Amino acid sequence: MYQYDKYDQSIVDARVDEFREQTARRISGALTEDQFKPLRLKNGLYLQLHAYMLRVAIPYGTMSGRQMRMLGHIARKYDRGYGHFTTRQNIQYNWIKLEQAPDILADLATVEMHAIQTSGESIRNLSSDQYAGAAADEICDPRPWAELIRQATTFHPEFSYLPRKFKIAVTAAEEDRAAIRLHDIGLKLVKNEAGELGFEVYIGGGMGRTPFVAPLIRPFLPADNLFSYCAAALRVWNRWARRDNIHKQRIKILVHDLGTEEFTRQVEAEWQEILPLGTDVPRVELDRIAEYFAPPPFETGLSDSIDRSDPDFAVWLDQNVAAHKAPGYAIVNISLKSIGGIPGDVSAEQIELIADLAERHSFDELRATHAQNIVLPHVRKDRLYSIWQILRDAGLAEPNLDLISDIIACPGLDYCSLANARSIPVAQKIATRFADLGRQRELGELKLKISGCINACGHHHAGHIGILGVDRKGTENYQLLLGGSGAEDASLGSITGPGFSEDGVVDAIEKATDVYMRERADGERFLDTYRRIGMAPFKEAIYG
Amino acid sequence: MGKDCGDACVKLLTGNDLTTGDVTWWTGDGWSRHIEDAVDVGDHGETLLAQETAALRVNAAYLIDATATPEGPRPAHIKDRIRALGPTVRPDLTRKPADPNAGTWVI
Repeated sequence: MYQYDKYDQSIVDARVDEFREQTARRISGALTEDQFKPLRLKNGLYLQLHAYMLRVAIPYGTMSGRQMRMLGHIARKYDRGYGHFTTRQNIQYNWIKLEQAPDILADLATVEMHAIQTSGESIRNLSSDQYAGAAADEICDPRPWAELIRQATTFHPEFSYLPRKFKIAVTAAEEDRAAIRLHDIGLKLVKNEAGELGFEVYIGGGMGRTPFVAPLIRPFLPADNLFSYCAAALRVWNRWARRDNIHKQRIKILVHDLGTEEFTRQVEAEWQEILPLGTDVPRVELDRIAEYFAPPPFETGLSDSIDRSDPDFAVWLDQNVAAHKAPGYAIVNISLKSIGGIPGDVSAEQIELIADLAERHSFDELRATHAQNIVLPHVRKDRLYSIWQILRDAGLAEPNLDLISDIIACPGLDYCSLANARSIPVAQKIATRFADLGRQRELGELKLKISGCINACGHHHAGHIGILGVDRKGTENYQLLLGGSGAEDASLGSITGPGFSEDGVVDAIEKATDVYMRERADGERFLDTYRRIGMAPFKEAIYG
Repeated sequence: MGKDCGDACVKLLTGNDLTTGDVTWWTGDGWSRHIEDAVDVGDHGETLLAQETAALRVNAAYLIDATATPEGPRPAHIKDRIRALGPTVRPDLTRKPADPNAGTWVI
């Protein structure tokens, strides 16, 4: 994985010193909150309901054991013993004290981490496939390009005061595990007929108040021109963005207003202006970055056979372990979705245990996923049973990946100052209602996503079943959506009808799953059945 | 709550402590972490809000509607009730972790 050079380290260290001084000036009264707020947000420090919240960047979700241990250290020393993994592959802490924030950033800097560009009108943490470098279905590791964009855009003056936040995802597999078409820019590495590497470029996706699935803007962009093309798109957006209206500032609105054809024409024209300037990152620099992502020294001659005689282990194996490209290895998904637990929350002790497993069994590497789980990407199959036993004893072996209890949920009104309704209790009630593992597995893949407000941090638009919490005259109310997907078959969910109480929405979901069980054809997932039979049978069951 | 509170309707001034971020309530002569200490600011709310914001002791201060009860003021809006006690999903992290009935009025 990538390691800082002296330039990376020096800019992060300098930022810590700068923020320490800014914080001292705020506490002394030399800065007002209006003056300080944009400065703290540039360092990932929000003010939430109960305290300051610090969001720490985990570029494309990749971490070493040492970095993970630092996240546990911060949870224990500066917070209340836990952290919360987010839908942007980051981690956030809910109980931060302003006076300690510079010390936290200093601690993070010792392990090449920071909180830069996790807030504000900037290019946010790059996200990617949590199976990158391990997936059997990828054409190459996408992370060198993600790292290249990260470096090229960090503190870049042209991209530091954007009209609004900007999110980029990069993948290289057929299966989209990073929701690229729901990003401002989604990039998929592909090869053309000549075998050359390039990108499918999708621009203008997003969730929030006005959701869009990004259209394909360019079917093949030569890989070497990645930066200049992204810069062209950002320039067109910068030129026309509705800076007068916060609800219309994202690039998705511009793409929609101009139309895909006109937006594409303008980006292509801008690109032709930029290309001769030679702003693309030289191939030698990409090669330098790519060396950090060289495959680990996989052992050869390992057996692929696994003893499945322990039935509980066998279930976990089938549900949470994915195919690896190297013979004798597997990808382990660690669910942070225990039944009745808080999605994405993990204690300092669990963080340290996972760090230890990564160091001993996964070439010192792990990943945070946008679905708020953790991945050990490179695990020998003959060690899976012992790893499962350790995870089970730590409450981390819930075998529910992509099942109905593997719920994405934002912090909601329990923590977030923007939220209108609580998300976590709804997730807990749904997971408890469907706790029976046999029933969950019978339902099969069912991605359920909950947001506590229209900002959609819980990705409700992209859930096979989505829930949006709203405020109805001071009371929490929950709208139900069906038919969304953040995968390669991306789509936006449709609202079923009038909203529900907290208990009512759980009942409605059970009725929807009953319709699926009754109507499904062989091999159909919930989403497939919904797409085939439409909303009407579900509405009838829910409201009839 | 709020509009239906009649003579028990009160206005509270709340914010977050500058250095810790803790939720705080105006007590009449200072700030407290406990809503039970909050006082009705009546018609002086806007003046106090401006004064305390200028004094840089709190962040994001604002006025809320609440109902006075024998147990203390109860905010009209669920968001402020959650702020007053703590996250409903972590009773161990609330202002009254030892009291199992502490959150009965929040939801």
